[in-house]
Amino acid sequence: FSGAGGGNDIQWCFSQVKGAVDDDVAEADIISTVEFNHSGELLATGDKGGRVVIFQQEQENKTQSHSRGEYNVYSTFQSHEPEFDYLKSLEIEEKINKIRWLPQKNAAQFLLSTNDKTIKLWKISERDKRPEGYNLKEEDGRYRDPTTVTTLRVPVFRPMDLMVEASPRRIFANAHTYHINSISINSDYETYLSADDLRINLWHLEITDRSFNIVDIKPANMEELTEVITAAEFHPNSCNTFVYSSSKGTIRLCDMRASALCDRHSKLFEEPEDPSNRSFFSEIISSISDVKFSHSGRYMMTRDYLSVKIWDLNMENRPVETYQVHEYLRSKLCSLYENDCIFDKFECCWNGSDIVMTGSYNNFFRMFDRNTKRDITLEASRENNKPRTVLKPRKVCASGKRKKDEISVDSLDFNKKILHTAWHPKENIIAVATTNNLYIFQDKMN
Amino acid sequence: MFVRGLKRKCFDGEEDIEGTLAGIKAIPSYNLQRQSLLDMSLVKLQLCHMLVEPNLCRSVLIANTVRQIQEEMTQDGTWQMINTQSTGQASLDRLVSTDILCRSSREQAEGKHVPGYSTFSKDFEGDQAQDNSETMSTASSVQAPRNLQSNVWEMENPQENKGNFQKSLDQIFETLENKSPNSVEELFSEVDNSYYDLDTMLTGMMSNTKMGHCDGLETFSSPSTTTSNSNCKSDLNELDHIVEILVES
Repeated sequence: FSGAGGGNDIQWCFSQVKGAVDDDVAEADIISTVEFNHSGELLATGDKGGRVVIFQQEQENKTQSHSRGEYNVYSTFQSHEPEFDYLKSLEIEEKINKIRWLPQKNAAQFLLSTNDKTIKLWKISERDKRPEGYNLKEEDGRYRDPTTVTTLRVPVFRPMDLMVEASPRRIFANAHTYHINSISINSDYETYLSADDLRINLWHLEITDRSFNIVDIKPANMEELTEVITAAEFHPNSCNTFVYSSSKGTIRLCDMRASALCDRHSKLFEEPEDPSNRSFFSEIISSISDVKFSHSGRYMMTRDYLSVKIWDLNMENRPVETYQVHEYLRSKLCSLYENDCIFDKFECCWNGSDIVMTGSYNNFFRMFDRNTKRDITLEASRENNKPRTVLKPRKVCASGKRKKDEISVDSLDFNKKILHTAWHPKENIIAVATTNNLYIFQDKMN
Repeated sequence: MFVRGLKRKCFDGEEDIEGTLAGIKAIPSYNLQRQSLLDMSLVKLQLCHMLVEPNLCRSVLIANTVRQIQEEMTQDGTWQMINTQSTGQASLDRLVSTDILCRSSREQAEGKHVPGYSTFSKDFEGDQAQDNSETMSTASSVQAPRNLQSNVWEMENPQENKGNFQKSLDQIFETLENKSPNSVEELFSEVDNSYYDLDTMLTGMMSNTKMGHCDGLETFSSPSTTTSNSNCKSDLNELDHIVEILVES
């Protein structure tokens, strides 16, 4: 990655940044999820204020063959509003926890967006024509006096400025007592799952008044609660298979054909604890914050506080690869516990099956190449603002003498965390979300 | 760090001052740190308890941490130290498994001066069998009297130390092993999210978001860390007070 080596290494360049420049971050602008659609043409973000912003990639300009199309705002809409549950006296946050796109079937685009309690199916459609030439109405909509109508004509469609409309087509509500952390669309494109802290439900996209509970880990006695569900995903190819991760660092693979309630897993993935690293924080840092299948479906990746692990679905007793994201934080766990950073939930993403990416602090993000075993640390910052300038790799100095250009652990800004990243499904374009800005990087095209 | 090969002795019935001080070398920092962690965790849980809608995952993880500490303290209750030199793998595992929490790894020890330990080890080097390769050798003699002072202060209150642990244990029992049927349920039940920001604010209040604040725990250098030895309950009362002010405003 860092320049030394073969021509296969990707050189990342800054492309764009979206969002306010101020250091003063408005709470509602905090980005809470980022997701490319299946073609990569659209990039959706959700924020704490319940809004969804969709960017569209420009068609490639033939004269500007050295860069790919830019992403520009395509549609913005308010997906969720804050609600008040009067029965329990609870406010329900409007923050968008996850967005998942459906594959495109017709001219319109569909996505699922969810907050803590309610999932919504949104249809995003374009309108670039409108009918003109009504008989009974003027162009501005006023009704004509019928006595003035002397001839009849057929209204025709005339072009108009492109308008992108978002409308909620389905609202899937009242199925979750606890906070929804994941949604995942099945490969049958008809059903999807939603997971909260203790339960996972299966929905049909057409049916909103019914869902099936497929996993329930709530103990009879809540005092016995020691483990929660942290993420869940359907297998990309097998429509009967899904996985869910837990706060104890385990992943369970379930087969829906086995029984209606998948309380018994088909496979349990767990790595035995390393006794030399044991501390009171061991369990907390083993809690898995994200789980993602590789595109092939042969592997899955999990993210815990300090590392990324790649699992082969055929081997349950340990991961095939482990990559340390920021091992230098291991000695700081007490401080990170005190300021709650230890509970930050980092996501991770794949490039196909070869490279994985995840975020860290100080607006750093990391990539690990499974084939070359090389890794790189990059920074999302407005300082590297020039398009087509290759990003400089960053390095954190854990201890001892700090070399020039290195940053020491104590200088890291723990308020600048990159929790959400996404990789274009087909090209080397990545979207990296800092607190309230969205950065787009692409590889250098020669 | 832990000086291996030393017996940790009960504070009660201690005649040998040398042995006592040597005992302190091993006990206060680990137990004080564990106590600090316990206090911190209880405060965090208490905050959850006060807030209307806690993050369930976070609450569960903190509660599990508290339980872990509680179990260990119950096992350590007699303060009998397992002699690691004479026993085999099992006890070593035990020691390893209760490795220092806030404790920095060797790396940090190299980078940071830990006066409390290093001065003692230097002072008592001749008397104790030092098994500890992690002990720093860069202690300055100027530090020695001050640390001796603070540690003697600690020694003067052995009963209080023990009493505090007991109080904290009671606190845990109360919260987790419920006296009232609803207490733990409340811990995990859903709550008003409008207090969510209060949580963030308070947590942020109590610690800087950067590293600084916990340095005291990690390097265990300043005598001010002995305040963490103070009554867990008084900390919570103070917190209640803060919350009252904030809520009213």
